[in-house]
Amino acid sequence: MQVPAQVEYEKAASVEHALALLARYGPEARVLAGGHSLIPMMKLRLAQPETLVDINGLSELSYVRVAGGELQIGALTRHAELLSSAPAGEHFAILHDAEKVIADPVVRNWGTIGGSLCQADPSEDLSAAFAALKAIMTICGPEGTRTVPAREFHTGPYETVVSPGELLTEIRIPIRPGGGSAYEKVGRRVGDWPVAAAGVALWLAGDTIADAGIGLTAVGARHFAAAEAEEFLRGASATEENFAQAGQLAAEHCRPVSDQRGPAAYKRHLAAELTVRALRRAADRVRHEDA
Amino acid sequence: MQITVTVNDAAFTREIEPRLLLIHFLRDDLGLTGSHWGCDTSNCGACVIWLDETPVKSCTVLAVMADGHQVRTVEGMGMPGRLDPVQEGFARCHGLQCGFCTPGMMLTARWLLDHNPDPSPVEIREALSGQVCRCTGYENIVRSVQWAARHEAAERDGDRGGTGPGETGHGPTATGVTG
Repeated sequence: MQVPAQVEYEKAASVEHALALLARYGPEARVLAGGHSLIPMMKLRLAQPETLVDINGLSELSYVRVAGGELQIGALTRHAELLSSAPAGEHFAILHDAEKVIADPVVRNWGTIGGSLCQADPSEDLSAAFAALKAIMTICGPEGTRTVPAREFHTGPYETVVSPGELLTEIRIPIRPGGGSAYEKVGRRVGDWPVAAAGVALWLAGDTIADAGIGLTAVGARHFAAAEAEEFLRGASATEENFAQAGQLAAEHCRPVSDQRGPAAYKRHLAAELTVRALRRAADRVRHEDA
Repeated sequence: MQITVTVNDAAFTREIEPRLLLIHFLRDDLGLTGSHWGCDTSNCGACVIWLDETPVKSCTVLAVMADGHQVRTVEGMGMPGRLDPVQEGFARCHGLQCGFCTPGMMLTARWLLDHNPDPSPVEIREALSGQVCRCTGYENIVRSVQWAARHEAAERDGDRGGTGPGETGHGPTATGVTG
């Protein structure tokens, strides 16, 4: 039987109240959102916070909307809500691709987007998706609000730039014309963490790649991104040959480790192959939009 | 600390520790043992209940998170003397063997049919993919949900002035082999 250690509990009534509670209880307090990462960690005593600050009542942090030329996702949005959001799917198909293969439908009902990002698991699917999309994270703290690019959000496995007194409140993705995106994942079984996965956001001008974002997860990619492959693609033609070369670059520059999900060489192979597949699908989606 | 949770339309106020998991609150504090405590790791889905309008795995939710909210468990399905069509489907189509996964399966199936009254077998399997039947009786679980969907469709037709809500379809019968 897994039982969390004793813990104090506070229910936040607003963002300001949550920040005040985090300030009062200090670095041994943890934000409780869906709890689908934190509570399992507490049951295993891998996490032992002194106080939980429950933000589930903050409905103002639960939304997926288009405003100001960007897609805005509140941090408390549940995975199921992002998966069922029409604007999210319309502008960034990668988000629906990824959400379909995150955990299972019942877990997706309660787990939150912000919680997944702040847990910062090195195999997190959304971290790769948001890295590909070059999303912007909004973080609220006692000093006010600051924004951080997705690629500067993580400082290491299970570590982010969100400090103990702060709260991730929103993820924003600029909407640019001519874009298409896709996510490709290989897992051992339905609902599992990825053996490897790749996400791609592609912007085409005719057949030329105006910009490309490539996210990788579970393969030790720096900032969940394949910067060298992106650099190679920028200004190149959207051809199979170039996609294959980008896949090779993505594989060369990641650092997968062998574990129970597979040997490093297999994961490196997947990094290349899944990058190619995601590029292909993202390009098809741009062309389909144009048609 | 004190919490009040409305379970199957009845309010319960109890003194609890914040670390108490919702599944243990339901089973040990309220005596509602229909929700099963399985893997303890949010993988198996035996503990699925509804929190407000959503199926969740209650081994991964603290009881205190349900304070002021509505919980629905298998004990709240159907009415005395009248099973929920999902329950009836499981009974008719042999949708259970040992029965351990059944409460969670039925609660998720109920939610599915409320949102998608005519799901395909693939959609049923997808909806239940976070829940494990260790008897591997998935084939009949899918048939049970299909039976409930057909039964409810027939009842709706009846409500619209059709032939009445009676037994318009008996659904598939279990065939000796399950899973």
